Amino acid sequence: MSRRVVVTGTGVLSPIGIGVAANVASLRAMRGGIRAMPEWSLIPDLQTRIGGPVSGIDLFAHYPRRRRRTMGLVGLLALHASEQAITQSGLGEAQLQSTRTGIAFGSTTGSSAALEEFCGPLFTQHTMRGLDSSSYLKFMTHTCAANLASSFGVKGRVLPMISACTSGSQSIGAAYEAIKFGMQDVMIAGGAEELHYATAVTFDLLMATSIRHNDTPERSPRPFDVKRDGLVIGEGAGSVVLEDYEHAKARGAKILAEIVAYGTNCDGLHITAPSEGGMRGAMDLALESGKVRPSDVDYVNMHGTATEIGDIAESNATRAVFEREIPASTQKSYTGHTLGACGAIELVYSIAMMHEGFLAANRNLDELDARCGKLGYVRQTTEAKPRLIMSNNFAFGGVNTSLLVRLVTE
Amino acid sequence: MAQIPKPSREEVLKSVVEILADSFELDPKKITPTSTLYEELDLDSIDAIDIFTQLRELTGRRPDPADARKVRTVDELIDFVFEEIDKTNAGVPEPSAAPPATGGDPGKQ
Repeated sequence: MSRRVVVTGTGVLSPIGIGVAANVASLRAMRGGIRAMPEWSLIPDLQTRIGGPVSGIDLFAHYPRRRRRTMGLVGLLALHASEQAITQSGLGEAQLQSTRTGIAFGSTTGSSAALEEFCGPLFTQHTMRGLDSSSYLKFMTHTCAANLASSFGVKGRVLPMISACTSGSQSIGAAYEAIKFGMQDVMIAGGAEELHYATAVTFDLLMATSIRHNDTPERSPRPFDVKRDGLVIGEGAGSVVLEDYEHAKARGAKILAEIVAYGTNCDGLHITAPSEGGMRGAMDLALESGKVRPSDVDYVNMHGTATEIGDIAESNATRAVFEREIPASTQKSYTGHTLGACGAIELVYSIAMMHEGFLAANRNLDELDARCGKLGYVRQTTEAKPRLIMSNNFAFGGVNTSLLVRLVTE
Repeated sequence: MAQIPKPSREEVLKSVVEILADSFELDPKKITPTSTLYEELDLDSIDAIDIFTQLRELTGRRPDPADARKVRTVDELIDFVFEEIDKTNAGVPEPSAAPPATGGDPGKQ
């Protein structure tokens, strides 16, 4: 059994806006969401002092206590984005609570703030006093998938995809496969990430963070630019409702796009260093399984972390696959690296660009690093009619993903 | 073991209202002795675990999950606090390593 899988709803919160329309407006205006993070001065050693928080909404005030009780910020971001997607899809309670509806959702980790609240006293003072019984439910690795399932009353499969920066894209990939092969009719899928200094510290230790733009946050990250100096941690969530094509047609849903293919593989090499061959392998897998020729693809939504090695490997792998200056850019130049969320956020952006008829520019790309592959880097917001987009993400562990998404207008 | 001085019923009510209001964002004015925990105050089994954990500060002992599970109203919660203080003061040993208090299902890890 192999079925067509379509997207009937999308939702997003990011440093550049809440909701798809606000994000599109920021992308079109080339407005980034990176700002100074003076609150991180409590860690004097931390070199990077810029980040991309979601602003303009207090999710703890937005949801009543009962609804959010077992959710930290990462769970609430996932919930808000998924509510947007479900609202757009028009799915009702009965469909959401059918055994034919499932969830695939990931984040790099559970809520770091909840982990801090729980493990701070426990690990340093060895006391249980003041510990909250629901903390674990906020910081467990599958907190997003589990809490979304409880919140929506989902009775189908729950697939927490936890693979660092491919958590979002692997969630969408797993959801796509669950529907394609007939295991479910509807899947809520995506990724979320909560901004916390612990994450910034993690990448600071790896010497992967941007540290030269603490006073000029709008100029970082700088993916593919010769002066890039590392990634900037961002926050947000992206969510999509995926649906069997016939199921969507039968209920008269508006179909936004079709997931044409999902390629995923592993480098099988180094735990953190990227592999051009592995990246290329994932893209080839997607093209082969979707029966798509490289010349059919209109735009590549790149991972683009703005790290030295990552950008070089990715851009050369992309060039090797497409053998032309294919239009390409990364929206991490707006949002920073939203880690567990980025694969989902960037797919939502890809679908939005197809519907709105434009290609988002690669911010802060003033001078291409000569070691990067020759691609048609989008330098300014460009009016275009992309109909088939490849969205790529790569993660620690050598995990590579490539999603192909096609515009559906019917 | 040091004896716990017995508070007045009003003092315990005040503490219970404080715990409920602070932990569960409830309006303290809406919490009365007759309020039912699970219906009127809209708490559930996970919330109850937090209540009984916090009450240990008053009672000086770990509650017996079976006793805790019987508590349905604010008044019964106050009675429970007094019974627990009596047990502490009488030197009744704490229940041995017990599953979590109240009706929560600890089976799903």
